[in-house]
Amino acid sequence: MSAWQRAANWTLLYVLRPLGQIALFIVLSALIMSALALTIGFVLRTPWHGISALKTYPNIDLLRQVITQLPNMLVDGITIGFVYAMIALGYTLVYGVLKFVNFAHSEVFMVGGVVGYEVMQFFSSAKQLQTMSPVLLILAMLLTSMVICGLLAVAIERLAYKPLRNAPRLVPLISAIGVSFFLQDFVRAIEALARNQFNLSYPTSDVPLLSNVRFPLINTQILWNGEMVPVATSINMNSVIVIISAILMLIGLNYFVNGTKLGKGIRAVSQDQGTASLMGINVNLMISLTFLVGGALGGAAGVLFGLKTGKITPYIGFIPGLKAFTAAVLGGIGNVTGALLGGILLGLLEAFFSSLLPYFPALGSGYSDIFAFAILILILIFRPAGLLGKKVDEKV
Amino acid sequence: MATQEQPRPLNPVQSLAVRQPVIAGVLFIAIATGILLIITRQQLLFPFWSSIAFPMLAVSPFIVFALKIPTRIKLLLVLVVILLIIPYLGLKDSFYLELAVQIGIFAAMAMGLNIVVGFAGLLDLGYIAFFAVGAYLWGIFASKEGDTYINQIHAVTTPESFYLFLFGGIALAAIAGILLGLPVLRLKGDYLAIVTLGFGEMIRVLVSNLSNISSDPTITINITNGAQGLSGIASPPLPQFVFDAVGGIANLLGIKIGNIEGITYQFFFYFLVLFIGLIAALIAARLDNSPIGRAWTAIREDEIAARAMGVPLVRMKLLAFATGASFAGAMGVIYAAKQTFVSPESFSFNQSIFILVIVIVGGMGSIRGVVLGAVAVTLLNLQILPNLSLLLNSFKNSNEVSASVQNFFKSIPSQLEPAKYQRFVFGILLVLMMIYRPAGILPASRRKLEIDEQMGKAKDEALPRSDVEPEGPFITEDPNNAA
Repeated sequence: MSAWQRAANWTLLYVLRPLGQIALFIVLSALIMSALALTIGFVLRTPWHGISALKTYPNIDLLRQVITQLPNMLVDGITIGFVYAMIALGYTLVYGVLKFVNFAHSEVFMVGGVVGYEVMQFFSSAKQLQTMSPVLLILAMLLTSMVICGLLAVAIERLAYKPLRNAPRLVPLISAIGVSFFLQDFVRAIEALARNQFNLSYPTSDVPLLSNVRFPLINTQILWNGEMVPVATSINMNSVIVIISAILMLIGLNYFVNGTKLGKGIRAVSQDQGTASLMGINVNLMISLTFLVGGALGGAAGVLFGLKTGKITPYIGFIPGLKAFTAAVLGGIGNVTGALLGGILLGLLEAFFSSLLPYFPALGSGYSDIFAFAILILILIFRPAGLLGKKVDEKV
Repeated sequence: MATQEQPRPLNPVQSLAVRQPVIAGVLFIAIATGILLIITRQQLLFPFWSSIAFPMLAVSPFIVFALKIPTRIKLLLVLVVILLIIPYLGLKDSFYLELAVQIGIFAAMAMGLNIVVGFAGLLDLGYIAFFAVGAYLWGIFASKEGDTYINQIHAVTTPESFYLFLFGGIALAAIAGILLGLPVLRLKGDYLAIVTLGFGEMIRVLVSNLSNISSDPTITINITNGAQGLSGIASPPLPQFVFDAVGGIANLLGIKIGNIEGITYQFFFYFLVLFIGLIAALIAARLDNSPIGRAWTAIREDEIAARAMGVPLVRMKLLAFATGASFAGAMGVIYAAKQTFVSPESFSFNQSIFILVIVIVGGMGSIRGVVLGAVAVTLLNLQILPNLSLLLNSFKNSNEVSASVQNFFKSIPSQLEPAKYQRFVFGILLVLMMIYRPAGILPASRRKLEIDEQMGKAKDEALPRSDVEPEGPFITEDPNNAA
């Protein structure tokens, strides 16, 4: 095989195939979710079976609202879905190897957001924010945060989980909750000391590229009930950055897990720790490596989340963490591809619910969080293995 | 035996505790009470002494029970502390009574969670939801201000119906427990924990959004008043002679009371919580030693084996959820009546973890341990950490300390007040407990055996294999030592 052929093969296997998979997932989930949203819009134009809680405000045509907002919902949902997918990967990787829910992962994600903020503040106070290249800025934020969060996750594993590896399963879970609580207040204390406040706002408005640039995606009008209805959406630079960096990192992760020797080691350990160790694989090293990779992805997700929403507090990790866990379970926990699919599906669902709920006077957007939990509970009851997971029979 | 090992020389405190246990116990209680009687709120070091002496007094029943004293004297000493010393201190400074009531509420709830987590081994991270069910049940029906929102719902209830609602809260929480239990029956371990967490969050989101359920935008039907919460909740009425009696006793003891109604209600809730807490402990202890408790133990230790032995899994798990929830439901009703205010903030994930910390610090499965955990964790949360903040502040502002000391304390930013860092403390506490004492301070012997066996046995194996469950402990025929 010539070098060219090998390069082509490599590209096909580790770049094009995952890219194709991601594109397929996006298109498929977008189609399914759009169909769902349109169906909901159609069915609920008049209250379903007359249930008054499902009555919209008068003068609101739900189907029309769905149609005009659909492109917006898709863009929003996919952007946040990528962030969820990246956090979900941290849960899934650790679950695959240690069979335990790393509750502190949501706090690693939060630390990532805070580190990103600190890096941005560092450049801001050096008066570099307006002049420096935005790509460099984002890279600096992502890399710093990935390194710190990866090491943090390894440290957490060493200190709080490793001594408990043989304990009953609830013991490390409780320890993880403890770590998560500790980290929240620890970060709060540091930020309170350093900045005298802990509600941090990303100074994105100082970076012209991040605050002003929008790319129009669709801008058209359709005929609806005899009038022209605008259907338009645009995507801002933040979301583009989120999506591109997420895709790059997912491709990198795919290569690492499936294409390198270390990745093979991780996969071996997740299949059977005992046999893997007999084959000369350093199990402890592989577990640390898993935490390093998962933590780094979580940290990057924190930066992207901060860029997208603009606000980070020490207590912000909990809800996105729970949603990302839902995404991991939805896709099949322990399954790397599943986490991606689950994240995008959940992001879309959330975008739909939070933009449709305000049309119902009896509901309101406050309920949008309930849907994530409801989905989590429904999946665990009806398909605990997730969409892409395999059913594992219990060994006696 | 000639070569008997020489016992280590005891220090004076130990030797007193061994040789004169009665005197040691009385002395311990007396020192704590004495400090509490001497100090006054005006003193600079009041927060320091008070947060040493009151926890001493609160754990004294456990110390007394640990000493080798005839049971009758033990009971006498404990009763003196609970029925004489704490009420007397409460009469002087109602804050102590408030602390005691909070300890009681959390102890009773922790006993409920202990049934689910400690007895049946089902980790519930949304336990506070049942507390919310009870609190909002009484809150919605007895909130005077709620009247304006909820179309005269208050008219159908009177404050006297509090006792009826106490049972209503128990029943409703038990139903909520079964509703939670039904879908999660098949789940185990981590999954169960996350789903219960989701359930708890759902209840919180629900109560913070039920501020309008009307589909007509011109009308508002408000049930829980959203994030602002319900205020002006009625307390059960007390006959006049109770107020007179409290006032009379205070006069007799020469204590001036400003707000006699408030303090009487504190006493009422103190004794109510004490009474219900005792009943809860009795129920929990009886359940633990019953066929039901043994079925729970079997499920906890090995679900498949339990099923094979004919333990009805569905019924037993639902029973655990329902019983555990009912404790929280009762306490929720009492809490709403005591605080006269409920808001979704009191029912956050934090609070669920707070109760879990109590159970874990005290000892999963051990009723005594859970009560001790409630004392320790509640006091840490409500007294010791706020007192540290107070101490810092008074050092900053007091003229009694030298300028350099004052400047040192002024250099500590106000953002670092200890009272705001409960999660920091609880987080470290959880991790350390899990690593060094996973069975708790006062472990249930059975539970300790399980954990030791599992961890100790796995160490002997050449390979760490987390997916293979080691065999359970060898069970002797005496299950009574489980408590």
